[in-house]
Amino acid sequence: MSIVSDTTHNGAVAVSAPENAPRVPSVDGGLSLPELATKYGLTVSGARPGLLDYVRQLWGRRHFIAAYSIARLSAQYTKARLGQLWNVMTPLLNAAVYYLIFGVLLQTNRGIDNFIAYLVTGVFVFNFTQASILAGTRGISDNLGLIRALHFPRASLPISVTLIQLQQLLYSMIVLVAIVLMTGELPDFSWFLIIPTLVLQAIFNIGVALIVARLGAEVTDLAQLMPFLLRTWMYVSGVFYSIANVVKHLPTWVGWMLDLNPAAVYIDLIRFSLIDSFTPAQLPHHVWLAAVAWAVIAGVGGFVFFWKAEESYGRG
Amino acid sequence: MADIQRGEDRNKELDDPRGDGRVPTVICDNVHIVYRVHGAGSGKGSATAALSRIVTRKASPNVREVHAVRGVSFVAYKGEAVGLIGSNGSGKSTILRSIAGLLPPESGRVYTDGQPSLLGVNAALMNDLTGERNVILGGLAMGMGKDEVREKYESIVDFSGIQEKGDFISLPMRTYSSGMAARLKFSIAAAKKHDVLMIDEALATGDRRFQRRSEERIRELRKEAGTVFLVSHNNNSIRDTCDRVLWLEKGVLLMDGPTEEVLEAYEEFTGGK
Ligand SMILES: Nc1ncnc2c1ncn2[C@@H]1O[C@H](COP(=O)(O)OP(=O)(O)OP(=O)(O)O)[C@@H](O)[C@H]1O
Ligand SMILES: [Mg+2]
Repeated sequence: MSIVSDTTHNGAVAVSAPENAPRVPSVDGGLSLPELATKYGLTVSGARPGLLDYVRQLWGRRHFIAAYSIARLSAQYTKARLGQLWNVMTPLLNAAVYYLIFGVLLQTNRGIDNFIAYLVTGVFVFNFTQASILAGTRGISDNLGLIRALHFPRASLPISVTLIQLQQLLYSMIVLVAIVLMTGELPDFSWFLIIPTLVLQAIFNIGVALIVARLGAEVTDLAQLMPFLLRTWMYVSGVFYSIANVVKHLPTWVGWMLDLNPAAVYIDLIRFSLIDSFTPAQLPHHVWLAAVAWAVIAGVGGFVFFWKAEESYGRG
Repeated sequence: MADIQRGEDRNKELDDPRGDGRVPTVICDNVHIVYRVHGAGSGKGSATAALSRIVTRKASPNVREVHAVRGVSFVAYKGEAVGLIGSNGSGKSTILRSIAGLLPPESGRVYTDGQPSLLGVNAALMNDLTGERNVILGGLAMGMGKDEVREKYESIVDFSGIQEKGDFISLPMRTYSSGMAARLKFSIAAAKKHDVLMIDEALATGDRRFQRRSEERIRELRKEAGTVFLVSHNNNSIRDTCDRVLWLEKGVLLMDGPTEEVLEAYEEFTGGK
């Protein structure tokens, strides 16, 4: 806590000398209350800390963020008999369902080599973003009890939500690697590209989770709307079809939009890393630039956006 | 950084003109608090009613205002234990929420020394996690270090006394009775040194023995130069812990003075003991 806060204080509306203000008998040599506060270095309660201070406070709570996300993940399946096994079973079943519908029934696999690996990568990687955003939307409203009980930088919550999903994704990755190996891919140097891609995607997800956490705290209906928005997003992200095959029939600007879609960018980068038949030619133009740009824009923008309403999250 | 602040306070005590060493920790300056309740009034739940409300809302916003606190001013000092009394709905919890920085005042200002902590009756921790996890996470969330939490873990659990009837600390908090949950919450919050600690009926569900123990702890916290606010409908518990009482009624500060004086007037108001 710094004593001098360089921010404007949202919410605390200053009134100019109310005429009927009942004054406490002054105790300290005739000082008015604000003067007394200044004299003893008291700060306005609930004022939002400056951005740098906020970052520092958040860093101070890094152990809380880590412990919280680990605890939450392990609590997730405590009511199910198979327990932690669901961490692996859930993505596996997901992949099986999508394969049945899109590979066998709808045959969206035309023109895609190794469709199983292609599809499963898409499903898992998109699910990371999807689940982070869904949980982020409820990140504040589900934790009002904690928020009203203890003081900590509220951004801890959306960040932990994404870290929970990141751990979930790492379980999925084990399944994914097994499937990819079974479909005849061999590990090579390009597999290391998974690491920077996932780091960038995680930063992007944290940013978006911060944005929807603030929106979800202000407009509670958003939690109801979000699944539909996310499903639409999934359908345009080339999870179970190849965007490159589709855009041939569409105007070029639509192709541009589809290529810039952050979900498609991260999915295609992982596919490129894992699947040999997925060649650089199939990647969107400037794909690494797009991946970095989305992470920076969402990460920084989301953080500032969330911080701007820091003092209001306990209201509910 | 808290140390630096405290150091500065000490300097200020030195140049305190009256030399009585009274250092303010909470200043409420003519605080007004208004709740805005959206969608109150004409309460039909049907879809057409909702639709017409959405349509008409644009013309006349359907928002009710509850003016919960009306112009409260006071100064609380280091080492004081301040009781808050008043009938249901008089604004006690509301003003504490504002001091804790969770509810911005409509007008006026609340100034505090450091970050006040509010321990509320309905503030749940994480119900689906075990008591053990809650102790650790609560400590970390309050800003303790990893080692500090590990060090204090035993004493927190011992103080809460919930291990006395079996191994409850390894069960999820949703399986606790309301008194057990309140005990654990208080024990977690009381483990840290607070500049300002506010307790809103959080002890009411605890049994007599735990109430005694926590009153003891409140006195300790006061000695560590913090300020404690206590809301209670139990006048004896106020008498035992507080040396000053604020009496709120309908959001207005009716009386502010020594415990006996104010309680006497309050007991007369509520119709005897
Ligand atoms: N979330 C809320 N939204 C709207 N009005 C509220 C809200 N919380 C409290 N109020 C109103 O504010 C007023 C003061 O309530 P508050 O909870 O501060 O009373 P209290 O003194 O703590 O009462 P009690 O002794 O029952 O705990 C009441 O009129 C209440 O209806
Ligand atoms: Mg109350």
